[in-house]
Amino acid sequence: MTLETVVRPHVENFIAWAKDKPEVVVVTADLTNSSEVGKWRDTYPDRYFSVGMAEQNMLGFAAGLAREGYTPYIHTFAVFIYRRAYDQLAMSVAYPNLRVRMIGFLPGILTPGGVTHQAIEDVAILRATPNMTVLETGDATEVESVLDVAQAVDGPVYVRMLRGVMPRLFPRSEPMRLDTARVLSTGEDVTLVTAGVETEEGLRAVRALQARGVGVRHLHVSTHKPFDDPEVLASIAGASRGIVTAENHLVTGGLGSAVAERIADAGLGQRLVRVGLRDTYAHGASRAHLMREYGLDALAIVQAVERVVGEPLGIDAEELAHTEVVPVGAAARNADSL
Amino acid sequence: MSDPSAAWQDRTRAVAAGIRRRVFEHVLRHGEGYLSQACSAAELLAMLYTRTLRLAPVDAPIVPPPFTGVPGPANPDYRTGAVYHGAPGPGLDRFIFSPAQYALALYAALIEVGRLDPAGLDDFNRDGSTVEMIGAEHSPGIETTTGSLAQALSQAAGIAVARRRRGDTGRVWVMMSDGEFEEGQTWEALANAAFHAIDNLRVIVDVNGQQCDGLVSAVGNLEHLGDRVRAFGWSCDEVDGHDLDALDAAAARETGRPHMVLAFTDPTRGVPLLAEKAPLLHTLRFKSPDEKARYQAAYDALAREAVTA
Repeated sequence: MTLETVVRPHVENFIAWAKDKPEVVVVTADLTNSSEVGKWRDTYPDRYFSVGMAEQNMLGFAAGLAREGYTPYIHTFAVFIYRRAYDQLAMSVAYPNLRVRMIGFLPGILTPGGVTHQAIEDVAILRATPNMTVLETGDATEVESVLDVAQAVDGPVYVRMLRGVMPRLFPRSEPMRLDTARVLSTGEDVTLVTAGVETEEGLRAVRALQARGVGVRHLHVSTHKPFDDPEVLASIAGASRGIVTAENHLVTGGLGSAVAERIADAGLGQRLVRVGLRDTYAHGASRAHLMREYGLDALAIVQAVERVVGEPLGIDAEELAHTEVVPVGAAARNADSL
Repeated sequence: MSDPSAAWQDRTRAVAAGIRRRVFEHVLRHGEGYLSQACSAAELLAMLYTRTLRLAPVDAPIVPPPFTGVPGPANPDYRTGAVYHGAPGPGLDRFIFSPAQYALALYAALIEVGRLDPAGLDDFNRDGSTVEMIGAEHSPGIETTTGSLAQALSQAAGIAVARRRRGDTGRVWVMMSDGEFEEGQTWEALANAAFHAIDNLRVIVDVNGQQCDGLVSAVGNLEHLGDRVRAFGWSCDEVDGHDLDALDAAAARETGRPHMVLAFTDPTRGVPLLAEKAPLLHTLRFKSPDEKARYQAAYDALAREAVTA
């Protein structure tokens, strides 16, 4: 079974989803088509608000709409939400626990736009923000189903959103669920925890690792906060050699840190190797180039697993390039059978 | 032009005097506090609560409840300070208070108009109380958390647009201080409110020329403020902030646009002794028993005037 490639799933999905939800409005700051809501604006012009290129006001304006019963879906690049207007996000939106949904595009290094457009510390900052729920999409199915997850939360929600061309890794019949990790493979040597686009890299790495006899339990995480899924803890506890995390983000404060907190909180003595940006900004270049340069690709995940198991496995970039990623249905979650 | 015998002016003037007196008394009792804000904004707050704002009454002056937690999923019963403004209604106004450092003057105003129990002021800045020094949205009369200044106008614009969509006829009034016009967010909000023609949005500004570091003109400078606001697409009236008839006329004007009243005020009005502290009027702190005694004498004179009047 080959992987389906989907082009801009958010465009039509968001229009259809919002049809019977008159309380849903869109607020943008001069990045309407870039955030895939140009057609949404043309479909529901009276539910669309342009606030100009002025994000501080945007956060407050959305807060005011939310206080009056609307559910604003802010659409812009992630950096302009949490980095440009953080005080407004914290005081006008998060503190009063308002139903504002912040749809942040271009998470991590997914843009050649360079450092100004690359949201590399958003999960760290928003995980540290009280009342926030933090979600991340990893494929077309999650882009389509994240709206239901967000809408069900009675408080502010931030979404690391994918745009453009993306794979469908997970079946449509298995939508995103809040704070519920997907188990993509089972194995007892190493537990690999990935989020966002790192999951596709992880799938590639796991196929090569399993072929070498390394058992990998691979979890895909789509909820950074809350981060209480018992499956995560069970999978951490169950690994005989150690844990690897991979995130399209700094290793500080994001998924790797969250897993480290779970390990420490539970008093587990697991080795942890974190794949991600290491105390550095990035620059403008292609996704493939940046993933290699900063060690975010499948090879980097393989190398992290090698460190955990303590031996070279003889897997190179050439082999990984020819490793096909296939769609994955859910394997059994330990937590569900507990 | 003004008619000194008219009933509303008498009431409003009495409320303004009461705001100054209560705040002054409180500052004397605690040895420090935000007095100049009450001096500058007394008429403006009195005007809003007795004449301008269309608010439902409260059954009885509200005794502030103790603080029971911040908003969040674990605190579904959180209530904002909007309850002091009575039950909301489609035809009624909303009042969004921006300069949270004016909280003491706001609480005094609420007491003067019978919306806050006078004993509420005893809870001011007391541990475990909702009557906070720099008010948050559980504090009396406050429904957005704006101690980080200049965040209220954007929120009020969102509220006003939502109300317009619902067909409400009530307006959304915002009180601001002039220092907030140094923040970029204020100008973002002004530009966008004009762009969306949010004509149910009204702002009244205490232009007292004061901010934390001293004179606005020495810290950030806001020359030609009215011209700037008008250039952003708002209607804007500039009036003497202690002249009730001028305030009333400016506040009542329907312009078909978002509308602002710049109320130019004197931060020592009613307590001329304060002028010796200029330009640092943001908070008053007595340096010696002698100094406090001089302020006590000034307060006693003010209180005697009230009795005579």
